[in-house]
Amino acid sequence: MRQLLNTLYVQTQGSYLHLDTDNIRVDVERQRKAMIPLHHVEGIVVFGNVLLSPYLIHRLARDHKPVTWLTEFGRFMARTETPVSGNVLLRTAQHAAACDPDRTLAVARFVAAGKLQNQKTTLMRAAREVQDSDPDLLRQAARDINAQIGVLPLTGTVDEVRGVEGAAARTYWEVFPLMIRANRDFFWLTERTRRPARDPINSLLNFVYTILANDCASAAQSVGLDPQVGFLHALRPGRASLALDLMEELRPATADRAILTLINRQQLTPRDFQQHEGGAVTITEDARRTILAHLTERRKEEVTHPLTARKTPLGLIPHVQARLMAQHLRGDRSHYPPYLHR
Amino acid sequence: MIDLLVCYDVATTTEGGRRRLRRVAKVCVAHGQRVQNSVFEVSVTDTQLLTLRQKLLDILDPTEDSIRLYRLRQPRDSFVEAYGRDQYVNFSDPLIL
Repeated sequence: MRQLLNTLYVQTQGSYLHLDTDNIRVDVERQRKAMIPLHHVEGIVVFGNVLLSPYLIHRLARDHKPVTWLTEFGRFMARTETPVSGNVLLRTAQHAAACDPDRTLAVARFVAAGKLQNQKTTLMRAAREVQDSDPDLLRQAARDINAQIGVLPLTGTVDEVRGVEGAAARTYWEVFPLMIRANRDFFWLTERTRRPARDPINSLLNFVYTILANDCASAAQSVGLDPQVGFLHALRPGRASLALDLMEELRPATADRAILTLINRQQLTPRDFQQHEGGAVTITEDARRTILAHLTERRKEEVTHPLTARKTPLGLIPHVQARLMAQHLRGDRSHYPPYLHR
Repeated sequence: MIDLLVCYDVATTTEGGRRRLRRVAKVCVAHGQRVQNSVFEVSVTDTQLLTLRQKLLDILDPTEDSIRLYRLRQPRDSFVEAYGRDQYVNFSDPLIL
């Protein structure tokens, strides 16, 4: 079984990372800041002006540990793709499935169903926790999304699946602010905006989704799937469609809930955001540290996977799902079972 | 993961001994962290433990040197007491620099 290892995040500007006797050595202004044995690290995520020595990059590539470069504000820039290790037959099966409209549709339906189900669970759970009149609105939204799940089997094309998913998303984001219980006048959300984020919640969502997408891309790659060939998401150069597919069902269960927790516990407050000219909103360095620490802790939390009935750390769920996807594409499993969060 | 305490005494009276000392230290650094001059705390998987042990045995001169591996009882923080300057880092905590 795979071990859950840690991801090293480096956001101190001007850091230099290099290889020193099988350790990652982090220097800041020529002062040694940390020595981390490579075998504790699964991958490295760096923000902005952080240098890595070529030998460290080579070594990480050889060990199949990806490096991800983000801007200082957490926007995705690049990622090393390590030499593909998996099985060619699996990848050809994946490509064949992606070319077959019926199979693509079937996988897309299950991915969307998983996402909608998890959105519903998130809403229902929040409905138990909020006071006043909001629970009814949240429950109503959950019912609406539930109705959309019923529509999925009737869809005839992937575009229709996307339409259903879009309708559910509108319902979901409309009531999303109702799940917030602290600093409500500050945290509001009118619509999802991506580049740039125009309000605090969007800036949080964009940041957490970037981190999650990255985990999913690594998971797809490590079971030998091609992260770019997806089913629900259209193929586009440079887009990790399969990673985005794997991420769909995890968005509400892990990312959205993490944000809600941090806001409701007041670990993130209005002081953690910067408003820029032109309406863009970004997160401060301290807030990013809070978020990353919270995500790392959550990754270790054990959940019972509904299908395998095994206790699995939340951080390994993308790997389990990628493996289930591989089993389906190879023909060992009649359909792709999405991850349903409790 | 298995938590280990690795301690060594390497005879440094000869040039060969000093070379062995450097090599032992390097192997230990590669697998864990230095908590005192010749004491390391190491957290490894079963296979990594085999590699670590073999590498140390390859360097060791059994007539001159001594290496001891102690298994630490889990959870580490309930059974390890450290006083004074302590630079131990738990590598399964969030690593954010």
